[in-house]
Amino acid sequence: MLSAILFWVLAVAAVVFGGLVFRVDSMARATFCLLISFLAVVGLVLLVGLGYLGVVIALMMVIEMVIMAVFMVMFMMNPAGLMPMSMFHNTRGSAVIAGGTFAVLAAGILLVDWPARGGAAAPDLTFALGEALMGGQMLTMMTLGITLFATIVATVVLATDRGRYDRLGDDLDASTADDPAGGGVGR
Amino acid sequence: MTLQAFLLAAAALFSIGLFGALTQQSIVMLMMGLELMLNGVILAAAAFWYFLAPAGTEGQVLIVVVVTAMAIEMAAGFAVVTAIYRAKQIDMTDGAAELQG
Repeated sequence: MLSAILFWVLAVAAVVFGGLVFRVDSMARATFCLLISFLAVVGLVLLVGLGYLGVVIALMMVIEMVIMAVFMVMFMMNPAGLMPMSMFHNTRGSAVIAGGTFAVLAAGILLVDWPARGGAAAPDLTFALGEALMGGQMLTMMTLGITLFATIVATVVLATDRGRYDRLGDDLDASTADDPAGGGVGR
Repeated sequence: MTLQAFLLAAAALFSIGLFGALTQQSIVMLMMGLELMLNGVILAAAAFWYFLAPAGTEGQVLIVVVVTAMAIEMAAGFAVVTAIYRAKQIDMTDGAAELQG
């Protein structure tokens, strides 16, 4: 009974705050609405017994949303929401697509004859997850690792303002670096 | 607390995120839409694990994969925002239309 009440409270909170993300007047508020939506989903993940993953998601999302708020201050208009904000395009088409997607998904969810619950959960879920990631799912874990490393390289390359190819030419053979302001000791 | 209720909430989150990703002009808000869609996927994965196959660990592994995908999406997305802003002072999706057919 308690879990049913918790489920509905958290599910409604997740969806309502998810919707508010695109309704509020400030991007800072939108970020924190998204954070609340995430935390509600974390609550649901905890509700089904995945304690470790729930905590991991919660920690990650809090940090992620704070980083997002920093970027918002860097790039975005109206971060404080002091005036009404409307930044939509193609609202009607998008609403049709999103509504259609929900209708199709809901029809599938309600019409499919889902199988019965098979088996019982492992006594220590975190241990089982660790064993899977370091055993049967090792390939998944290695792929994730390589992908994360590629992401680090790609993001550094993208975020670099002027790299060595800008300064020393495509073959890195310029005799002097092409810098906007000279520096050093006059060589 | 049934599988269908969980999945309906996940589908709602996914659809709201899709709406946001399609409508928002600001690139950061667009990424929030993508995050919301992945949020729905996490919920669906947890529900599938709990209600259909709690004996296996595939559902948990799927959540780990989705969480990683979220981190990568944020990092790569903000790197692209930084690069495109630096090159052209663009912070709205409508400004970046070079690849429009």
